[in-house]
Amino acid sequence: MIYRENGQFKTSYGADQQIFPIAQDRWAVIAIIAFAFVGVPLLADEYMFRAILIPFLILSLAALGVNLLVGYCGQITLGAGAFMAIGAYAAYNFLIRVDGMPLLAALLLGGLTSAAMGIIFGIPSLRVRGLYLAVATLAAQFFWDWAFLRIKWFTNDSSSGSVSVSNLDFFGWNVDAPAEKYLFCLGMLVVFGFLAKNLTRASIGRQWMAIRDMDVAAEVIGIRPMWAKLSAFAVSSFFVGVAGAMWGFVHLGSWEPAAFSVDRSFQLLFMVIIGGLGSIVGSFFGAAFIVVLPIFLNQFLPVLGRLVGISISTAAVSHAELIIFGALIVFFLIVEPHGLARLWATSKEKLRLWPFPH
Amino acid sequence: MKIRSLALAASLAAIGMTSAVTSTAAFAQAKEQFFPVLVYRTGAYAANGNPWANGYIDYLKLVNANGGVNGVKISFEECEFGYATDRGVECYERLKGKGATVFQPLSTGVTFALTDKAPVDKIPLVTAGYGRSESQDGSVFTWNFPLLGTYWVAADVAIQHIGKQAGGLDKLKGKKIALVYHDSPFGKEPIPMLQERAKMHGFELILLPVAHPGVEQKATWLQIRQNRPDNVLLWGWGVMNSTALKEAQATGFPREKMLGVWWAGAEPDVKDVAAGAKGYQALTLQHSAEPNSKVVKDMLEKVHAKGQGTGAKEEVGSVLYMRGLISSMVAVEGVRKAQERYGKGKVMTGEQVRWGLENLNLDQKTLDAMGFAGVMRPVQTSCLDHMGSSWVRVQTWDGSKWVPGTDWYQADDKLLRGMVLTASRKYAEEKKITPRTPEQCKQ
Amino acid sequence: MAFFLETLIGGLMAGMLYSLVALGFVLIYKASGVFNFAQGAMVLFAALAMARFSEWFNAALGGDSLLVANILAFIAAGGVMFVVAWVIERLALRNLVNQEGATLLMATLGITYVLEGVGQTIFGSEIYNIDVGMPKDPVMMFENVFEGGILINKEDFIAALVAACLVAALSIFFQKTSTGRALRAVADDHQAALSIGIPLNRIWVIVWCVAGVVALVAGIIWGSKLGVQFSLATVALRALPVVILGGLTSVPGAIIGGLIIGVGEKLSEVFLGPYVGGGIEIWFAYMLALVFLLFRPQGLFGEKIIDRV
Repeated sequence: MIYRENGQFKTSYGADQQIFPIAQDRWAVIAIIAFAFVGVPLLADEYMFRAILIPFLILSLAALGVNLLVGYCGQITLGAGAFMAIGAYAAYNFLIRVDGMPLLAALLLGGLTSAAMGIIFGIPSLRVRGLYLAVATLAAQFFWDWAFLRIKWFTNDSSSGSVSVSNLDFFGWNVDAPAEKYLFCLGMLVVFGFLAKNLTRASIGRQWMAIRDMDVAAEVIGIRPMWAKLSAFAVSSFFVGVAGAMWGFVHLGSWEPAAFSVDRSFQLLFMVIIGGLGSIVGSFFGAAFIVVLPIFLNQFLPVLGRLVGISISTAAVSHAELIIFGALIVFFLIVEPHGLARLWATSKEKLRLWPFPH
Repeated sequence: MKIRSLALAASLAAIGMTSAVTSTAAFAQAKEQFFPVLVYRTGAYAANGNPWANGYIDYLKLVNANGGVNGVKISFEECEFGYATDRGVECYERLKGKGATVFQPLSTGVTFALTDKAPVDKIPLVTAGYGRSESQDGSVFTWNFPLLGTYWVAADVAIQHIGKQAGGLDKLKGKKIALVYHDSPFGKEPIPMLQERAKMHGFELILLPVAHPGVEQKATWLQIRQNRPDNVLLWGWGVMNSTALKEAQATGFPREKMLGVWWAGAEPDVKDVAAGAKGYQALTLQHSAEPNSKVVKDMLEKVHAKGQGTGAKEEVGSVLYMRGLISSMVAVEGVRKAQERYGKGKVMTGEQVRWGLENLNLDQKTLDAMGFAGVMRPVQTSCLDHMGSSWVRVQTWDGSKWVPGTDWYQADDKLLRGMVLTASRKYAEEKKITPRTPEQCKQ
Repeated sequence: MAFFLETLIGGLMAGMLYSLVALGFVLIYKASGVFNFAQGAMVLFAALAMARFSEWFNAALGGDSLLVANILAFIAAGGVMFVVAWVIERLALRNLVNQEGATLLMATLGITYVLEGVGQTIFGSEIYNIDVGMPKDPVMMFENVFEGGILINKEDFIAALVAACLVAALSIFFQKTSTGRALRAVADDHQAALSIGIPLNRIWVIVWCVAGVVALVAGIIWGSKLGVQFSLATVALRALPVVILGGLTSVPGAIIGGLIIGVGEKLSEVFLGPYVGGGIEIWFAYMLALVFLLFRPQGLFGEKIIDRV
């Protein structure tokens, strides 16, 4: 009843092509962003910020990057963790080796380095496809895991191979308190989110989707596969690299290559597939699901156990966590293989017709 | 379809409840000293994480059975993090909110991640036998306590022991020593010290990294076959240790020539190699397996006999169980010491516990009275020395149990101090920390 | 020279073990188009079942006949794997027919978590031992040919033999039995197979069972070598380059791929590793597979990809 576009007339091409053509959507997005900037910092406590919100925001950004590649361009990657690591270590090196390097510049340069590496490791995609490509991207994952452990220059000769960054200074603003870190991540995510949305609406995004749907056909109608695939790798790696740098700088503060292991790559791919391939908003849903669910289960199960009067051991809780997490993933894939984003779209459709279903 | 969407909606709503759960659970405990326990009872390192955690918790239960710390009861909560750094940080944040006053993550990765957070949150970090070696310098690392020993101590003593076996440190010249290490900050920590010693005595150090989790070591041991080192130092954790011993057996490398760090010298590491690991030696963090010590007997009597034991009875007194127990003990003693200054029978804050840990003074008499006779030697910390003791023994696996050696070693203080100071000053410079002066220390 | 040969042999034997795990991948991919990431978890699950059953039966039999206990445990663990296969097919795969490859891959990752959780809940998360009487000590050979001789690991040697026998048995099963033929028919074309009356669902259960048995054998061999614990599941990651190098649909490919990867990674680690600080074998295996893929995008023995618009 409320959610209806009746009476909203578009009088220009601009109005027809805007990101949110329906006024209610527009207002809802503005309201959510405003709430995230103003409301959340007032409500959330330190635990929410540091353990849930900040990881959620950063991993959303990474998932966004992975979704550009996997969801929009159809190239499956299991090497996203490596590109997070490249972003993090490159940004670290720019920050400590160049005097007076601003934080933002270091993060972006980290992203750019990651993009360059993305292009190099994207080259096999020109020959190899599908699951073969997925496994081939693992080469990048294991290679960089090794490189950051072994090549001392990357870690500034730290004897343990662990590096750390502190005193984040964003144009005079010392990003230190959890709420400040949250706002910083949120700001980055909003900017990058709109960037991603616009990229996918532009010619480049359409090229990616053409390649995804049928690469030979796309080639026939004049899309250069090399340009399209490599640009997807570059842009995706840029997003993932910036996310990696933020994961290291803002969330962990001190990290080792294990923070970007192959498990992280799987986690990111999970987010994208659970959230919805080829959907920007799906990346956020996926990230929320994967970040929050294990933590939730871990805390909720003992509470549940107490309610029914049994105390569950820590080991049993974490085993149950694994089982439920895995089962829910399979369940979601069965019920809605197109991800949470499709559920969202379906419910919006229903809302439009409500209260008259037909 | 309707049921499915209902189920979906229900599970989504359940996730939304997280915040509710977390905030309601975070009530403050009054009149109880809260001990957070970061554990890993599942995943790749569970076999080693379990006994440690059981020992840690059992000791807290024992303290409660004995009336608490001057009447203050101890409460505790486990948080499972599966040896993953980001889950460890999440656990830290979660338990911090419940009034934690001392953390022991049992993971070098988590220690690194928390070192920057601890001063902000004013919670001391006890890392008994692991963590960053330079954090021994308490004037820079105010909140870190690598009590009882660091990896540099272990590396130093390992070389001393090998030298002694060879008939003097000067005999090491021209020898080859291979370090088989877990490819992570944990495994890399000893390298600077070993390189320093290699320069001093003129032996050749061969570095052989093993990737996590360490189940594939064929190439490593082929290289050992190729290089024929005189000794092998094993710096592993979890399954990597037993795999290394099995590969040593399969390639015929004498186990007597293998020396493990204290994390490579517990029952889970050798149990299923059994006779194949006979003669294998490992450093101890003072204690070995101590089934006959008084504290273990107390434990069995006051905790396990009442059915309150955390783990299996058979496990009590095993190496990692003892390590957990002792880690727990030093933390409790830190609280006790703090109470001496800030008021007996009161619940201590993180800052007060920090003072207690920094002024810990467990002499042999106190230790004996607590049931640690023959298990431990005195520990005395100070502002400059957050480690408190560097006593190490060497134990040998006889095919069915660990037999502690009689010799006690200590790290070469001059060498160690020099390296610690260089590294900690570098850290202070990077982080723009001004080291505390002796006057500031007294506060 | 002797050392080179020793490394080579070590590599070949390690490769044989990889192909055993890779075989599980190939079987399931061939018959159902699922890239079964859960193969590693199945190896762990099977090994855990075997280790614990053997322990329990041994205790129940009074500890005097390890062999009988082992045989009983093998049968019981095989039964468990059958149940696992049936449950996976029934609850997950049947409902995921015709999904995209990536979705199926993720579903098997979900299954991995479930198996890891269930396995540890039922069987515990300590290190367990499988004692099937494998010899642990090495033997020296060709001592009169080379100075110092060549060290052969007897355990690896037996394991490689068992793996070879299993592969032979599987090929006979595929070529000669009617079920095997049905399996191949399904692999070639689901719909055609369905139309001539081959029951797809049953075939899938069978193929998962066979993969389960392969996992069990792999689990016993690895478990006896390394001890049964959680990290056994990570052997899947070691077997992945083998599968893509050999081709996802080829049984001989899994064997040849395993041997190439095994030899490649051992030789690289031993002879190149020291120059770059060591620890290169994992990524070297993947790089090697990647290089092969650049020349043959469908793997060495994979079916040729034909593009149609």
